[in-house]
Amino acid sequence: MSWGFAIWAATLALAAAVLSVTRASAVHALLLLLASLLALGAAFFAMSANFAGVIQLLIYAGAVVAVFVFVVMTVDASETAMAHERKLLRSAWRWPALFVGLSVIPILFGIGGGAMDAGAPAAADTRELGLLLFGDWGVATELVALMLIAGMIGVRHLGRSLGPRLRERGRE
Amino acid sequence: MTPLNILLVLSAGLFFAGLFGVAARRTILMQLISLEIMLSGPALGFVAVGAYHGSVEGTGMFLMVLGLAAAEVALGLAIYLHMRRATGGDSDLAHRLRG
Repeated sequence: MSWGFAIWAATLALAAAVLSVTRASAVHALLLLLASLLALGAAFFAMSANFAGVIQLLIYAGAVVAVFVFVVMTVDASETAMAHERKLLRSAWRWPALFVGLSVIPILFGIGGGAMDAGAPAAADTRELGLLLFGDWGVATELVALMLIAGMIGVRHLGRSLGPRLRERGRE
Repeated sequence: MTPLNILLVLSAGLFFAGLFGVAARRTILMQLISLEIMLSGPALGFVAVGAYHGSVEGTGMFLMVLGLAAAEVALGLAIYLHMRRATGGDSDLAHRLRG
């Protein structure tokens, strides 16, 4: 595939991301996040990183967004809550925008300046990837696994202490 | 500007879009969505550089970022559900930590 399609898809992802962080409604923000992640997956496929593209679709656009959907169901989406959210955003966007603008300028010049000649994107071999992850990078893979276990235990702990209190509230 | 330059600029743009969201929004759920966008910027950068050099290390680093994002989302949403009754999901009201 080509760099051109990858750039187009990544531009779409950036546009969806900018729209996502400026929405008042959490559902709209979540749908735009999903669009951004799907466009990123398309960019990965265009760069011949097929394994990364499949994982992006399965884990990011599938599992992570599904978890978000369960939480978004609990959010207050009434008109008064939306108006409050819009008011908060309108009063608070200037300083972050200035900060981001000032820090993005040197980075754009730094990345955009150097000349790198490009051939066609090269395909990454999945077999090689497995050998890398469980050979040379074995310790890093173990660390990621440990981090995921720590996350799982933390979520289990937080979720368990929520249960009895919710039941008490139901009895009241 | 070569294709890799443009892709790296776009990945920096994704990162800063997320950073703006984390700084400008007060709702914890929106800040978590912005954090996801922040993490997907470097992921694009890693995969683009890996494809440019024809090596698998880019995809390998993408998988590390993915693991980090998955753990962060699970813990962040659990903590959000926990804090929501105390703060109504507003991170400004959650400035006092109690175990």
